Amino acid sequence: MRRPQAVAVIVALAAALALPRMAPAYHVTLMLPFMAYGIALLGLNLLFGYTGLVSFGHALFLGIGAYTGAFLTTHTRVRSIEIILLVAALGAAAVAAPVGALCVRYVKIYFGMLTLAFGMLFYTFVLKFYHLTGGDEGMRFLRPSLLGQPLGDLSKTAYLVGPYYYYSLALLVLATVAMWRIVHSPFGLCLRTVRDNPLKAESLGLSVPRYRWYAFVISAVYAGAGGVLLAVPTGNVDPTLAYWTHSGNLVFMTLLGGFASFFGPIAGALVFIYLQDTVMSLFLYWRLVFGAILAALVLFAPTGLAGLVVRRQPPEAAHR
Amino acid sequence: MIIEARDVKHFYGDFCALDGVTLGVEAGQLVSIIGPNGAGKSTLINVLTGLLQPSAGSVRFKGRDIAGAGPVRLARLGLARSFQLVQIFPDLTVLETLQAAAVSRLGRGRRLLASLAADGEVRRDAEHVADLFGLGEKLHAPSRTLPQGDKKLLDVAAAFALRPAAILLDEPTSGVSTRDKTTVMQMLVRASRGIGVQAILLVEHDMDIVFGYSDRIVALQQGRILVDTTPDGLRTDETVLATLVGRATATASAAPGP
Repeated sequence: MRRPQAVAVIVALAAALALPRMAPAYHVTLMLPFMAYGIALLGLNLLFGYTGLVSFGHALFLGIGAYTGAFLTTHTRVRSIEIILLVAALGAAAVAAPVGALCVRYVKIYFGMLTLAFGMLFYTFVLKFYHLTGGDEGMRFLRPSLLGQPLGDLSKTAYLVGPYYYYSLALLVLATVAMWRIVHSPFGLCLRTVRDNPLKAESLGLSVPRYRWYAFVISAVYAGAGGVLLAVPTGNVDPTLAYWTHSGNLVFMTLLGGFASFFGPIAGALVFIYLQDTVMSLFLYWRLVFGAILAALVLFAPTGLAGLVVRRQPPEAAHR
Repeated sequence: MIIEARDVKHFYGDFCALDGVTLGVEAGQLVSIIGPNGAGKSTLINVLTGLLQPSAGSVRFKGRDIAGAGPVRLARLGLARSFQLVQIFPDLTVLETLQAAAVSRLGRGRRLLASLAADGEVRRDAEHVADLFGLGEKLHAPSRTLPQGDKKLLDVAAAFALRPAAILLDEPTSGVSTRDKTTVMQMLVRASRGIGVQAILLVEHDMDIVFGYSDRIVALQQGRILVDTTPDGLRTDETVLATLVGRATATASAAPGP
C-alpha cells in the first residue's frame, strides 16, 4: 500500500470507530447501509474493475442474502448472524455458479443484459411466490444475535448504533482485508490479464471463462453478505431489494467512487448514501439530480472520485 | 518430432485454405514458413496452435493429438505463440505481464490469498525473462507506455516465459525497423537457448531474416507446400524463388546471409 493511501485508510478507520460517540444516532444509522454496500461493492469491483465485466444484476445476490436472513429468522429458530451470513454466502455461491457459468460466455453489453435478466427473474420469483416470500409486502427480518449475544433487551436504535454498528464495521474491515489479499494474489493478477486482453491471456494458458466465473462467484458471495447486513437495520425485506434499479445503484456507486481503484467503490458508497440522504430531503426529484451526476461523471470523470484524487492510477500498477 | 501435421486440410466454406499440408518440426530446429498473402500461412498457424480444428488430417505435438485443442491446453502442454499484431496487457507492467506467464506455467493461478509480491520464484522467473529480452530496466513501466518495439518484444517474451518446448512466432519482427530486426532475432535465438525452447516455428516476410536464421524453410502457395528445404536448397532453386518473392528480391536475397 502506498503511504498516503495507508494514512487515509487509518484516518478513515479511526473516524468510523469514533463516530457513534461523536455523531447523532441518525448519522450513525446512515453508516449501516454504507458498510453493507461497501462489502457488496468490494465484490462487484472484483468483477468490474479487476476482471472487466459489468454486472447489472447484482441486486440478485443482495436479495438472496437479505431473503436468506429473513427466511431463517422468521421460519426457523436460527438467530445467529454468523450462521445467517454463512448460509447467505453459500446460497449466493450456489446461485452464482450456474448463472455465472452461463453469463461469462458473453462479454460487454451481452454479459450485462444476461445478468440483468437473471436479476429480474429472481425479482419476479420473490414477487410471485407469495407464500414463501410474502410477495410485495416482503418478510420480516428479526433481530439477529451477534457473536451469540441475543441483545434483545436493547432498544432498536441502541442495538443499531451500538453493537450492530461495530459488528458491521468489523465485517467490512475483514471483507476489505480478504479482498486486498485476493487482488494482490497470483489469482488477482490472472483476473487482470483476462480483463486487459483475453486473447493473450488464453495464449498464456489462462482460461478466460474459468477466471471470469471465479470472479463472478466471489463477487456474489460478497453481495450475499452485504445483503444480510443491508436488511438488518430495516428489519424487513421486500422485492425492491432485488429490483434492477438497485443493481443500477451498485454500478452507480462504483462509477462514482472509481472502479480503477481498490478503495474507490467503498468511497462511492459513502458519498452515494450521504448524497441521497441530503438530496432526498431537499428535493422531490432527487433521481433527476442523480441522473445529472451520473452523466457528468461519465463525461468528465470516468475514473470517478478516486480518479480525481489520483490521476490515472490503474489498479495497483507498480506499487506495493 | 515435436510438431507433426499430417495431410491437413482446411476449408472456409467452399474455399480451400489448406490443401493437404504435411509438416514436421524436430527438436533443435528453427523452421520458417513463407509464402505470399493468402497462401494459407495464418490458417496453418491457427491449426498448429489449436485455434482451428482442421477439416481433415491430424496435428500432433510431442505425439499427442492437438487438433482443435485450444490455446489454453496447448500453452499448458508446452506450445506457446506470439502474435502478428502486438498483444499485450495495456494496464499491466512489464513485470506483471511476465509474472502472469510464470504464474500460469507454475499452475499458481488459483492461489487466492497468497501474496504475489512474496512469491520469489515467480518474480525471479519474470526478471530472468525480462533480462533476456532487454526489458530489465523497464520492469515497472505499464505496458501501454512502452515504445512499439518493446511492446512487440514483451508479447514474445511473455510466450517465452512459459518455458515452452516449442514456440510459434508470427512475424516477430513486423513493425520493427530493418536495422533492429537482426537485434530482435539474435535476442530470440539467445533467449530460446537460455530458456530451453527446443523448436521454433517462424512466420516471416523478411527474406534476409528467413535465410539468415532458418534451419529449414517451408514455402506455402495456394494451400499447398511448394517446397520444404534448407536455406541453401532454396537459394539455388531459382524457379521457386522467383515464384515466391519475385525476381528482384530473389537476386538480392540469394546472397549469403549474415
